[in-house]
Amino acid sequence: MSGINANIGISIIMTAILYGTPLVFAGIGELFAERSGVLNLGVEGMMLMGAVMAFLVSQRLPGPGWLVLLVAVLVGMAISALMALIHAFVSITLRANQIVSGLTLTIFAGVIGLSSYIAEDNGIGGKAGKHQFSDLNLFGLKNLPVIGPVLFHQSAMVYVSWLLVVGAVLYLYRTRIGLYLRSVGESPQAADAMGVSVTRYRYLHTLAGGALAGAGGSLFTLQIATNWIDGLTAGAGWIAIALVIYSFWRPELLIVGAYLYGAFTSVGFDLQARGITSIPSEFWSALPYLMTIIALVLVSVSSVRMRLGTPAGLGIPYVRGES
Amino acid sequence: MIRFVARENVPRWLTFAVPLASVVLAAIVAGIVLAATGHNPLTTYRHIVQASITQPGAFSQTLVSMTPLMFTGLAAAVAFRMRLWNIGAEGQLYWGAIGASGAGLLFHGLPGPLLIAVMLAVGLLAGMLWASIPGVLRAYFNTNEILTTLMLNYVAANLMYYLIFDSTSYWRDLTSPSARVFPQGKNLPAAANWPALQVGSLTIPFGLLFAIGLAMLLWGMIRATRYGFEMRVLADSPSVGKYAGIRTRRKILSLMALSGGIAGLGGASQVGDFSHVLDPRGLEQAGFGYTGIVVAALARYNPFAVVVTSFFIGMLVNAGFALQGPGFPVGLTGTMEGILLFCVLGAEIFTRYRIAVRLPHRPAAAPPVEARPAVPHGGMS
Repeated sequence: MSGINANIGISIIMTAILYGTPLVFAGIGELFAERSGVLNLGVEGMMLMGAVMAFLVSQRLPGPGWLVLLVAVLVGMAISALMALIHAFVSITLRANQIVSGLTLTIFAGVIGLSSYIAEDNGIGGKAGKHQFSDLNLFGLKNLPVIGPVLFHQSAMVYVSWLLVVGAVLYLYRTRIGLYLRSVGESPQAADAMGVSVTRYRYLHTLAGGALAGAGGSLFTLQIATNWIDGLTAGAGWIAIALVIYSFWRPELLIVGAYLYGAFTSVGFDLQARGITSIPSEFWSALPYLMTIIALVLVSVSSVRMRLGTPAGLGIPYVRGES
Repeated sequence: MIRFVARENVPRWLTFAVPLASVVLAAIVAGIVLAATGHNPLTTYRHIVQASITQPGAFSQTLVSMTPLMFTGLAAAVAFRMRLWNIGAEGQLYWGAIGASGAGLLFHGLPGPLLIAVMLAVGLLAGMLWASIPGVLRAYFNTNEILTTLMLNYVAANLMYYLIFDSTSYWRDLTSPSARVFPQGKNLPAAANWPALQVGSLTIPFGLLFAIGLAMLLWGMIRATRYGFEMRVLADSPSVGKYAGIRTRRKILSLMALSGGIAGLGGASQVGDFSHVLDPRGLEQAGFGYTGIVVAALARYNPFAVVVTSFFIGMLVNAGFALQGPGFPVGLTGTMEGILLFCVLGAEIFTRYRIAVRLPHRPAAAPPVEARPAVPHGGMS
């Protein structure tokens, strides 16, 4: 065990996966919403709601650990889907500006919003968590060199996230509904003429996006931090939105980006834990955000970007006969 | 079946009635949330009014709370009006505070009015500089400014923490006894404390008067200058603007700089009017930049209306600050802001569309337009 952990490469991969997994969930969720043409800038707020509700359930619900964790994640997903429903109603049915509506959702649910309100009202802030996801020993293979810990010694949610990515790729490119979804995002007029309900697709995928953001958020309180602090996602929701853009709206690239982000987050921790403090900690905290900006610029500079991936109908309300 | 039908022209009374009705609706929805979590809505609302208006000294305190929000609200309003989504007022305000506090410390020998002018100028420039990064990226590489401005908020916050907590920078107090216990910034000299106007028992901060003047100026600029006209054309139809020969890049750059500069002035005012020190924690917890978005959106990006909406949000923020405790959790402020903004945003549709209730009836002939081709239906269930 100690021999494996001494290997800095493995430990960076492990933390990259730990910090990247919530982003995989939230990012795939946002990808679904954007593929249907709905930009939801409320991811940060939805993740915080998922995080606080999952933590609340895990603190209050009696029962065996695995069941409590399952219910906690499901409740977190449900509450975040409810948050997404507000955004869907205001921006799809009432045709308000999607950018402003999404920002409103993040303010409503965010650091000084409902998530903080729920935490304070229930007095769960600063309490140590009762249940956490622990790493499994899949097929008893965790002691294999290198691939053992990476592939077989992860928490259940990591395996779920891998299934999610595979499922999302198959869904988008190998199913009829996935094809319709892409057409709703690319050309709502054409989809509507084909008999696909634009409104229904947009609602359902925005809700799915919310539920996945909630699942990602719940990992912050059930695996990464194991307690509640107001605003503990610290911008992860925004990183997830950026990930969708620089993965060109493709799930298989999104997971790579998420783990890269996780690696950048962990490099600072790792070096500091090893007593290398010549570079200030603030630099390491700022690094993932700087790298995100650089990634966005690189993506937008490259000429191939022109329309590569961006759903053409993104951000535009669809009204039959109006455009 | 209920449908929304576009209005040919908007009756004047509606432009007042709809926002008013949405505020009432927001009060009801927030009341339901309060009641559901075991708080008495009426008591809470009464406390808000007491803590922000009627109690002695409360009104002056609300003016303090609204001052930075007017700056960040104006910063968001001018950018959003042109559909430039600068949500980086938070970081630009930090830069303004870093710049203005640095100037206040460095030029401590200058006479008061001159020192204030220098602090304002440096705060403005610092905010402009920080906002120009996403401005350039957007203008030349078409990089999404929503994300870059937001990411830079986190970078600016880390810079501010570095200056006070993790370095021996010019801003940090390294000598006083309390600074040895907990890191803190150097206090500004007395000459750098901005004056306040005293009207009876009411204290009006200099920054507030400055911001009101700025709001008038911006309002006039958008309505009555060539620059404002071109900005409106580009906002409403980018392609028309391009064909008319408006330089889009230059507009994006200058508008981002203007927006960031206004937020920077807010940072200068925060240092000069109130804190007199660079206080990273205080600034970060206040979240003036994000609340400014609420202020601007409620005002529908009209600088003149920002003066009014910043007052109401200032009331709420001040009440949240004064009432902190079990009866008024911290998160209630953002929750109520969110509910208010959702109601106002959602209700806007009633000014643009009217509701038509169409009774279901069987048409005589098969309607050709509504007929659906025999493509397999994309059912989701």
